Amino acid sequence: MRQYWQILKKYRWSLLASPLLIAIAVFCETMMPMYMSRIVDDGVMPRDLSVITATGLQMLLFAVIQLATSVANAYISARTSTRFGTDLRARLFDRIESFAFPDIDKFSSESLLTRLTGDVTRMQQTVFMSMRIMLRAPMLFLMALVFILMIDSKLALVLAAAIPLMVIIVWVILRKGLPYFLKVQRRIDRLNGVVRENLLNIRLVKSFVREDFESQKFKRTSRDLQETSIRAANIVVSLAPLMGFILNVSVVAVLWFGGGRVMEGTLSVGQLISFLNYLMQTLMAVMMFSMVVMNFARASASSERILEVLTTDPSLVDTPQALANDYSVTRGEVEFRGVDFRYGGGENDVLSEISFKVRQGETIAVVGATGSGKTSLIGLIPRLYDVTAGEVMIDGRDVRDYRLGELRLSIGVVLQKNELFSGTILENLRWGNPKATLEEVEDAARTAQAHDFVMSFEKGYDTVLGRGGVNVSGGQKQRLCIARALLRKPRILILDDSTSAVDSTTELKIRLGLRRVLAGTTVFIITQRIHTMQSADRVLVLEDGRIDGFDVPAELLKTSKVYKEIYDSQQFKG
Amino acid sequence: MANRNQHLSQSGKPKHGRRTLVRLFSYLDRRDRRLTVIAAIFLVVSIGTGTAGSYMIRPIINNHVIPGDWNGLIGILAVLLGIYLLDCVADLFQYRLFNGIGLRTVARLREELFRRMDRLPVTYFDTRQAGDLMSRYTNDMDRISDALTDSLSNMVSGVLTLIGITVMMFIISPLLTLVSLVMIPVMTFTAGWIVRRSRKYFTAQQASLGDLDGYTEEMISGAKVVKVFNHEEATGKIFDVKNRLLNDKSEQAQFYSGLMMPTMQSLNTLNYVLVTIVGGVLAIFKGLDVGGLAAFLQYSRQFGRPINDMATLYNSIQAAIAGAERIFDVIDEVPEPADLPDAVELDAGTQGEIVLNNVVFGYVKGHVVIDGISFRAAPDHKIALVGTTGAGKTTILSLLPRFYDIWSGEMVIDGQPVCNVRRDSLRRSMAIVLQDTHLFTDTVRENIRFGRLDATDAEVEAAACLTAAHSFIKRLPRGYDTLLENDGANLSAGQRQLLNIARAAVADPPILLLDEATSNIDTRSEVLIQKGLDKLMEGRTSLIIAHRLSTVMHADTILVLENGRIIERGNHGQLLAQNGKYAAMYQEQFE
Repeated sequence: MRQYWQILKKYRWSLLASPLLIAIAVFCETMMPMYMSRIVDDGVMPRDLSVITATGLQMLLFAVIQLATSVANAYISARTSTRFGTDLRARLFDRIESFAFPDIDKFSSESLLTRLTGDVTRMQQTVFMSMRIMLRAPMLFLMALVFILMIDSKLALVLAAAIPLMVIIVWVILRKGLPYFLKVQRRIDRLNGVVRENLLNIRLVKSFVREDFESQKFKRTSRDLQETSIRAANIVVSLAPLMGFILNVSVVAVLWFGGGRVMEGTLSVGQLISFLNYLMQTLMAVMMFSMVVMNFARASASSERILEVLTTDPSLVDTPQALANDYSVTRGEVEFRGVDFRYGGGENDVLSEISFKVRQGETIAVVGATGSGKTSLIGLIPRLYDVTAGEVMIDGRDVRDYRLGELRLSIGVVLQKNELFSGTILENLRWGNPKATLEEVEDAARTAQAHDFVMSFEKGYDTVLGRGGVNVSGGQKQRLCIARALLRKPRILILDDSTSAVDSTTELKIRLGLRRVLAGTTVFIITQRIHTMQSADRVLVLEDGRIDGFDVPAELLKTSKVYKEIYDSQQFKG
Repeated sequence: MANRNQHLSQSGKPKHGRRTLVRLFSYLDRRDRRLTVIAAIFLVVSIGTGTAGSYMIRPIINNHVIPGDWNGLIGILAVLLGIYLLDCVADLFQYRLFNGIGLRTVARLREELFRRMDRLPVTYFDTRQAGDLMSRYTNDMDRISDALTDSLSNMVSGVLTLIGITVMMFIISPLLTLVSLVMIPVMTFTAGWIVRRSRKYFTAQQASLGDLDGYTEEMISGAKVVKVFNHEEATGKIFDVKNRLLNDKSEQAQFYSGLMMPTMQSLNTLNYVLVTIVGGVLAIFKGLDVGGLAAFLQYSRQFGRPINDMATLYNSIQAAIAGAERIFDVIDEVPEPADLPDAVELDAGTQGEIVLNNVVFGYVKGHVVIDGISFRAAPDHKIALVGTTGAGKTTILSLLPRFYDIWSGEMVIDGQPVCNVRRDSLRRSMAIVLQDTHLFTDTVRENIRFGRLDATDAEVEAAACLTAAHSFIKRLPRGYDTLLENDGANLSAGQRQLLNIARAAVADPPILLLDEATSNIDTRSEVLIQKGLDKLMEGRTSLIIAHRLSTVMHADTILVLENGRIIERGNHGQLLAQNGKYAAMYQEQFE
């Protein structure tokens, strides 16, 4: 709640004005039946026209005030809730931007995304609705109740019976309905799952001629959803008629008791009619409120998800040592000293007892089977993750003593999962260095073997890429990502399986190009290709999170069984 | 974010409103049509009882309360109670019936959509975003479901209620009714004005929101890249600009949409005031009875709601029709062309001989991808396709099961031109293993059985054994009954691929198509999978695309492709001797 208040306090005047305006509007509204009863009792019955006109004019005045205050509140609440949504979204985005890799892993980007879109919108709507209905309903209820008690407190007992009944009905329906709603949601997810799988696997479905089979499967899922939805809906739709019925029965009860009192002479006809009007108002308020409550229940889930993000502090920040000194990476020597690493929440160490030292300008191939810890290992160098034990040193200094910004600036990383963003190719490449001249960009692209295909596009570097770079092939994307990293002019370059979609001829060219421009830069390459491994200065072989060997390739062939196996599997046997 | 952008196109007006609506109703089956009639009767009953109930206050006050007729009062109240009970029951039935009808109809529509969708040619999916198609199952269906269960019946009931109330008001006092009717144009005009404004700003808001969401999606899914390049601040700035832009649009949109309810309420109050004053005057001078005035006041309270609702209902019905049009667009897409009437069936005895003769094909008109390819794959032979990305390897593999139809030339299987073969049987005669492995949410066993539905458990396991998948499956927590979710996220890439290969094995077809089946897998797992594949390829005609020449070299024939043409062909030794492109590639990889 504190999180929300930090945003909302900016709008405290609006938050104060809104209830006031509502109170005025509700007051005007509840005055109406009272005036009406005066017109009936003092005007119509005794046939006195002056009472009617005088009372009528007052009513008109109140009606206009009601309109004015309602519009004003609509304006204020729209503005406040929208700005609240905007601020909340901005805060959330800021927070996510400050997250480190472990935090992003923890939430997963899909879930972060729904929080930023759907959940924020729902919270915004809730604030909007609260400012309009949430306060209105209780106020309407209270004021109408005051008038009811003023008219006839005994007759008000009808309400004492009706309201608890209404509350019970809402409660029962919610209790019975809720499990069904959850079930419906699960069925919807399953149905969407079947559709998604079919869209993804359409070639498979077609090649195995499974169209009918899949249609049958979909039909079953669809029927399941239909049955559950109907059951859920049948529970919910009972709400309105039952509430309506209680309201109507209360009217009958009021007419019964009230009619008697009119006959006794303790109640006037006008009062009876206005009593009926107030009765409607109070019960309407109860209904309105129950709807708001239902909405609140849904919003609370969204709120929880948002707060979870807002209250998570980024797990990697600049250490005090880093802030105190402003070290920069000058040479690019890398050393691991007894490093253990496990992912947050993981049960096992992904890396254990890793120690090695790399000189400036060396090219190191990191090899090993899937899951042997290659990606985890190189992630420790630019401090994407922090070690669990031991230390990672650059230029003889612990990486935690550098500012994160400095590490990211001097270490070029091409992640396994590359991303390009919508925008021109030039803009994308300039992510590497916003100040790069066109010439520098072209040079980097040439080295990454990207220049030629970029120029083959009609608009060259001004070609607009779609979201996620959809209009270039996988291999082209990888080459652009390498060019982008090269523009950093990094001291250390890390390539995580970044040429897997590039054919071997092109890959060779890239490798030679890198050698040329990156003299003095330390390079780490994760690769599956034996040729890349063989051409590295040294190869680091990982097996189940431990170093199996670290040596020049020729030596390794003799000493490392794992490396030999990899080597042999890619050699001709025939 | 394709979904989000769809909102925009959906908020547009439907093109053929009435025709689409009629077509939508054609999805009601006979029973549901009959039920609709019954539901409509309940609807009319509920409106009738509701209107009558409000009227009863007139005789109650005039004939019983004012004259002091206690017994009569009890009698008439009993009648009133009965009316309300009937009202409640009719409403319950009406709601339930419309719900059932709506949801069943949507289910039918949804199933038809799916059935049609799965029969569309692969080209259709190539050119569409998955999210766009998904949104037809989610957003569009929701809108239609809302319309069928709620909006349409509420619209009808709103109109009927208005008519009923007007008639009753007219019965009580024609003059007072005229006064009340003055308010209708005011209300309708105001409602219309608000709706027009709010729609205008809403469209602007949605565009802004789509833009922001699109940006957010990109930056969040690329969050790690943003970090690596220190781009947080730059990204944050752009986000702020977009967020602010949305805020401006949104404030207006929210204001106008929030304006509707209070304005209509106030206008309704105004109407109430007018009726009270004029009613009071009429009671004095024209002899309007007090009970009549009371009943009239009740009606005037109920008057505003239907008008208020109708604007919203109209919008939601329009949105539903627009959604239905988008769904019918898919349903009306041309499916894969039917087989020729005299098409033959490839039966179990298929040898698997493949002959391509001067085949030309391209995905887009005027852009040839396969430029006159000819080769013959004898039964049980292994043909490897090599070449750079974009040379046309995958395209050739896609042509064989007729995912696409060739432009010219001939494709012959077992002496039959493929256009003369029934497509189903053609596809059954081959199994494909793709680079991107996809699994279904189901057990391991059922995922393998997908290859041949009538395979017994023993056959499934035999296929798994053959392809070296058995040992890892056995080690899964529930063996063959382990449930795979999220495209087999709980398995490694290699394990997923092994399942794909087992699936092809259980299908046991004469022809095998392997497209980079091992390239996403690390070298050591590849050895294992390669063994599985080698077993599988025994006794079948196989077409293989592979990155690594080590996979390729054992093929009976190697075809080297470049720009959609075959530039070299022969076995490994012959090609090396030719000292051409293949030899060069070999040198590169194995020097």
